[in-house]
Amino acid sequence: MSSDSPLDDAPPRRPRRPRWAVLGERALEALIRVSGVSAIVFVAAIFFFVLREAAPILVSDAFSLTQFLFSPEWYPTSASNVRYGTFALTVGTLSVTALAMLLAVPFGLGAAIYLSEFCAPRVRETLKVTIELLSAIPSVVWGFIGLTVMSRLIVATTGAPVGVNVLNGGIILALMSVPVIVSIGEDALKAVPDSFREAGIALGATRWQLVYRVLVPAARNGLLAAVLLGVGRAVGETMAVLMATGHAVHIPGSLLDSVRTLTANIAAELGEAPVGSDHYRVLFLTGTLLFLITFAVNLAADLVVRGIRRK
Amino acid sequence: MALAPAPATGRFAKTPHVARKERAQAAAKGVFAVMAAAMVLPLLLIVGYLVWRAWPSLGLEFLLDVPRKGMTEGGIWPAFVGTLYLVVLSLVVSTPIGVMAAVYLNEYARDNWFNRAVNLAVINLAGVPSIVHALFGLGAFVYAARFGYSIVSASLTLAIMTLPVIIASTREALASVPMAFREACWNVGATRWQTIRAVVLPNSISGILTGLILQVSRAAGETAPVMFTGAVFYKSVERGNLFAYALSDQAMALSMHLYTLATQVPNVEESLPYATAVVLLGLVLLVNAAAIALRVFLRGRKRW
Repeated sequence: MSSDSPLDDAPPRRPRRPRWAVLGERALEALIRVSGVSAIVFVAAIFFFVLREAAPILVSDAFSLTQFLFSPEWYPTSASNVRYGTFALTVGTLSVTALAMLLAVPFGLGAAIYLSEFCAPRVRETLKVTIELLSAIPSVVWGFIGLTVMSRLIVATTGAPVGVNVLNGGIILALMSVPVIVSIGEDALKAVPDSFREAGIALGATRWQLVYRVLVPAARNGLLAAVLLGVGRAVGETMAVLMATGHAVHIPGSLLDSVRTLTANIAAELGEAPVGSDHYRVLFLTGTLLFLITFAVNLAADLVVRGIRRK
Repeated sequence: MALAPAPATGRFAKTPHVARKERAQAAAKGVFAVMAAAMVLPLLLIVGYLVWRAWPSLGLEFLLDVPRKGMTEGGIWPAFVGTLYLVVLSLVVSTPIGVMAAVYLNEYARDNWFNRAVNLAVINLAGVPSIVHALFGLGAFVYAARFGYSIVSASLTLAIMTLPVIIASTREALASVPMAFREACWNVGATRWQTIRAVVLPNSISGILTGLILQVSRAAGETAPVMFTGAVFYKSVERGNLFAYALSDQAMALSMHLYTLATQVPNVEESLPYATAVVLLGLVLLVNAAAIALRVFLRGRKRW
C-alpha cells in the first residue's frame, strides 16, 4: 500500500482489550458451545448406558427376541422354565394409555379451545395458573390418589373386587396428561394468524363456526402434536401407574382388570433382580424399548410441528 | 298511503338460520367451559381431600420428627432433608449446563441441521420416561462411574432429567429480549459475549430464575429416578439435624417415603401417608406458586 493512503492519517486504533479478557471470552464461548451440544450427548449417553447393561442378553442363547416382544408369558423368576415375554406388559401400557387418551384428548382440546377462543382474559389467566399447578403435581402423589381415593370410588361405584385397575390408571393418567395437551394445543390455536379469524367474522361466522371451520383445520398439525406429546407422557409415566393399575401381568379383558405396564414392571422388579442376571438385563432391554417408543413419538410430534412452520 | 310500520321485533328478528347458529355457539361455549372447569375441580378436590385426611398428623412436629416404630409413627425429617440435598445438588449441576445450553441455542446457534438435531435432543430428553432415566443413572453413575448408591448418583440423574426444564424456560426468557437491544450493543463495538453479559442476561434474569424454580419443583417430586440410584427405604438421622447426610451416603427422599408408606409398610398410622403427601404436594405447589408470582411481578415491571 502506498504511503499517502488516507489510512495513515486515521487516528491510532483504540487500545485493545487485555489478552486475558480475549482468551477468557474465547474459553467461555467454547464452554457455551460444549453445553449447547450436551443435550445430544446426554440423549446418546442414556441410550448407550441402558443398552450397555441390556446388550449381553441379546446374544445369550436362553433369550429370543421374538419371545421378548410377542409372548405374553412373563415368568422371570420361575425355577423350571424362565420366560421373558413382554407382550402382556405392552398391552397393559397400550390399554391404559388408550383409555387415558380417550378421556384426555376431548377434555384437553376442548379446554384449549375455550382458553384460546372463548374466555375473558382474567379467566384465562386463572385457568392457565391452575393448569400449571395441575401439571406440577408429582406422579407419586397421583399414584397415591389412585391407590387411596380413586380405588375406593371405583369399588363403590362399579362393585369391582379391586379398585386398582385399567380404569383407575386411565383416569389418573388422563388427569396427568391433560395439562400437556391443553398448553400445547392452546399454543397451536394461538399460532393461527388473526387475519383468519377476522375473515371469518367478516363473513358473519359465530365463534363456534370459526373454531370448527377455520381454526381447528388450520391448527390441525399443532393439535396433533399436542395429542402425541400427551401420549408420550402417558406411555412413559411410571410411579402413578405402578400404584394405580394393580400388579397382574396378563392381557386385560375389561376395564376393571388389573394390569401392569412396561414402566411399572421395571420399577417393581429392578430392586429384586440381581445385578448382571438375565432378569436384570431383560429389564434394561425393556427400558431400551421404552426409550425407542418415546423417541419415535417425540420425533413424530416434532416433525408434525415442523410441518406447520414450513407451510 | 303510509306504510304500516313493521313491528321492530319482526323486521330485526333473527332468521331461523341465525338463531340456529347462535344456539350452537352458546352450546359450544358452554361445553368447552365445562371441559375447562373440569380441570380446576380435581385440583381443588385433591388438595382439599388430602389436607382433610392428613389433618391429625400435620404440624411442625411432623416435619421435624424422625419416623418411629418401623415407620408407622413419627415424622418425616430424614426424608425432608434428603429431598433438600437431592434438589440443591441437582440444581447446582444442572443450572450452569442448562443456562449455557440455552444461551448457545438462542444466541449462537444458526438454523442448520445440526442445531435442529440439538433442539430435537432437548425435546427428547424431556420426553424420556423417568424410569429410563433411573436405568441410565443406575448404569452410568452407580456402576460405570462407581459413585455407588449415593446422593451424588441420584442428584446427577435428577440433574440430567430436569435439564430440559431449565433449557426451555431460559431460552424463552432470552428470546423475549428484543433484538434491537442486542443490535444497539453490537453497534457500539461490543463482542457477542459482552452483549450477552451486559444486555441479554440482565434483561432476562427473571425468566431464568423462574425456570430454576420450576426445576426445583420437578426435582423434588420425582420418585423413580432416585429410587434406584440413591434413595433408601429408611435411614436413621438425628431429629431436626440439617447436616444429616454426606454426599456419598444414601438418603431418604420425600417422594420415595410416600411410596413406601403407601405400599410397603404395614399398619401405618392412617393419617401418616396423607400428611407426607400433603407436605410433598405443598412443597411443590408453593415453589410453583412462587415461580408464577415472580413471573407476574416482573411482567408488570417490564419496561419494553
